Amino acid sequence: MSQENILKVENLVMHFGGIKALNDVTFDIKRGSVSALIGPNGAGKTTVFNCLTGFYKATGGNIMLSANGKETSVIKVLGEPFMMTDFISPVAFIQRLKYKMFGGSHLVNRAGLSRTFQNIRLFKEMSVVENLLVAQHMRVNRNLMGGILNTKAYQLAEEEALERAFYWLGVVDLVDFANRLAGELSYGQQRRLEIARAMCTNPEIVCLDEPAAGLNPSETEALTKMIRVLRDEHKTTVLLIEHDMGMVMDISDYIVVLDHGEVIADGGPDDIKSNPKVIAAYLGAEEGEEVTL
Amino acid sequence: MSQTAGMNYKQCFTDAVVAALMALVVFGPIMGVVLDGYKFDIDFQRVAVIVALVFVGRLIMSYYFQTEKGKAMIFKYASNHDGVTVNPPHFKSKMIWVIPLVMIIGFLIPFVASKYILTVLILGLIYVLLGLGLNIVVGLAGLLDLGFVGFYAIGAYALALGYENLGLGFWSMLPIAAIAAAFAGAILGFPVLRMHGDYLAIVTLGFGEIIRLVLTNWVSLTHGPNGISAPLPTFFGLEFKRRSASGETFHEFFNLPYDSGYKYMFVYLVLFIVVWAVLFIKHRLVKMPIGRAWEALREDEIACRSLGLNHVLVKLSAFMLGASTAGLAGVFFATYQGFVSPSSFTFFESALILAIVVLGGMGSTLGVVIAAFCLTVLPEMLREVAEFRVLIFGILMVVMMIWKPRGLVRVTRNGFAAREGAVK
Ligand SMILES: Nc1ncnc2c1ncn2[C@@H]1O[C@H](COP(=O)(O)OP(=O)(O)OP(=O)(O)O)[C@@H](O)[C@H]1O
Ligand SMILES: [Mg+2]
Repeated sequence: MSQENILKVENLVMHFGGIKALNDVTFDIKRGSVSALIGPNGAGKTTVFNCLTGFYKATGGNIMLSANGKETSVIKVLGEPFMMTDFISPVAFIQRLKYKMFGGSHLVNRAGLSRTFQNIRLFKEMSVVENLLVAQHMRVNRNLMGGILNTKAYQLAEEEALERAFYWLGVVDLVDFANRLAGELSYGQQRRLEIARAMCTNPEIVCLDEPAAGLNPSETEALTKMIRVLRDEHKTTVLLIEHDMGMVMDISDYIVVLDHGEVIADGGPDDIKSNPKVIAAYLGAEEGEEVTL
Repeated sequence: MSQTAGMNYKQCFTDAVVAALMALVVFGPIMGVVLDGYKFDIDFQRVAVIVALVFVGRLIMSYYFQTEKGKAMIFKYASNHDGVTVNPPHFKSKMIWVIPLVMIIGFLIPFVASKYILTVLILGLIYVLLGLGLNIVVGLAGLLDLGFVGFYAIGAYALALGYENLGLGFWSMLPIAAIAAAFAGAILGFPVLRMHGDYLAIVTLGFGEIIRLVLTNWVSLTHGPNGISAPLPTFFGLEFKRRSASGETFHEFFNLPYDSGYKYMFVYLVLFIVVWAVLFIKHRLVKMPIGRAWEALREDEIACRSLGLNHVLVKLSAFMLGASTAGLAGVFFATYQGFVSPSSFTFFESALILAIVVLGGMGSTLGVVIAAFCLTVLPEMLREVAEFRVLIFGILMVVMMIWKPRGLVRVTRNGFAAREGAVK
């Protein structure tokens, strides 16, 4: 198991009918880093996220996630089509059948990757705390009898889940809104709640899709601090999509630039800033023309 | 009275004319044409009365809504969505006082009420069970199930068939029927729960019809449309019949004169206890992880998946628990009627149960209980005007949906006291 890279994306291809959203995307994400995926509108950034998290079944390529002490192939857990060889080897057949029947994007999350969405997806008619409790579903006491009879073990597990929820509410500064409906929160608060919810699943890598969209400069500043907390205190790897270049350059250790479904550049912030291809893609200028970012 | 500037009589008049015309179209054929043997008579008078009523009613309504008071009323209802509210932490519900009271009254009723009232109440309680079951599926998990009556039928037929073929009585069939219905729910659910919304509704609608058709056509097992008799519950082995072939009967044992009311009393009491048990379990379930997962799934399935919830299994659990509750209701229905036939399990029944859930307020337990009683007891009270029962029912539904689209009882959520956060 590669200790250094938490995520390896190889030759990822995603076609929607005739639309080639991604052709041949390859990059690695280092464990414990803050990385950014940038690119103009429609470059295919969200599509990469959807492939990583198993919402789209990639047309081709490979995604390996090494978290929670094991290697997970995202393509495999979604349930691949049967192959000729499966009908000869029963073990392979059963495994494939298992993933076909019970597989899906939830397994990617259980393998240690969680995400937020570009268009916020909270449970709007549930309270803020409940949103965080749902995220801990896999960690609480799900024994039906225990819950109905309200046993000690159940109460303990619930209490622990509540403590964890309030911890994360503290991190995203929403403790005062704990008993409000998630749908009633302001946009910026909803964004922060979504991050807290993603963190409640105890991921090793969290993918944030445009976390700073719609935030004012001071809120963006607070968000930057929060992302650093995730990395430094919780040892969580962060992969984010962002259009706010100031923020990206500020916090990223590593940047991947996507345009028209292809990686046009990758490297540290300084490399990217001065890369002519990136400048051209962003400003629509001809290559070689003098522009500054 | 001084007229407000915005008073518009022309508007009132047009509204009223339009409403009257619509009433003419709707009620003309329904009430104006009366079948009499092979010919029909045309009854202008009835239609004229109805249309006139609608015209005047609409005129008054239009007028009222243009006055200050009316405007305030519209504003109140338009701006109040009766949405979900979160209770403050440590909130004590007033239900703490109401529940024991209802329990005591409920327990005393069979000893004072007449047999007729008792049968109506039993029916009401059966629909409470059905409503609670469907409330899990539709109200909490957000899966539109139009074939819920299928599970009800499975429960009822399980009792009748178990008795006829296996010699099992009420008490053994009660849990078995619930399990059988849950199992049927699982078999139906697993392949179809990957669909959502309209598609799921159509598939479940088909399922309900399939069950009914199988029951009608599998004559060798179910006796088809002729139906099949179902056993009564026994009181520690004592039967409620006039005479028993095997052993003593209830009235002989207690030296009472025979009364057919005893069996209804007993069915009522057992059902009453079961309903409370189901209410309690449901109350716990919504607070438990599984209940939260159901509601989260209703809110946003994609987000659920991104949080590691297996959406198919979560839906399946809701489907199975809902189905098993319907199975229980079916057993009580069969034993109370003493007889089951496929004609009791039509689509109208599914629609009625759905109406209970929607009317009560999706996800609200109290609302479902109230709505179930309203929709079963009300038709009984309207027996005098039997011809117009369904009409009144329909009007009631339309009015409800306009004035309280989110149901009778608004849903409240539990608040949690703030505490020291910690991650372990
Ligand atoms: N489900 C889909 N079906 C068809 N086409 C899609 C689908 N999802 C994405 N696409 C296409 O893929 C391309 C990339 O879209 P994507 O959402 O990944 O862009 P993005 O880089 O996230 O842009 P933005 O910065 O605006 O969020 C677009 O051309 C889009 O039309
Ligand atoms: Mg995007």
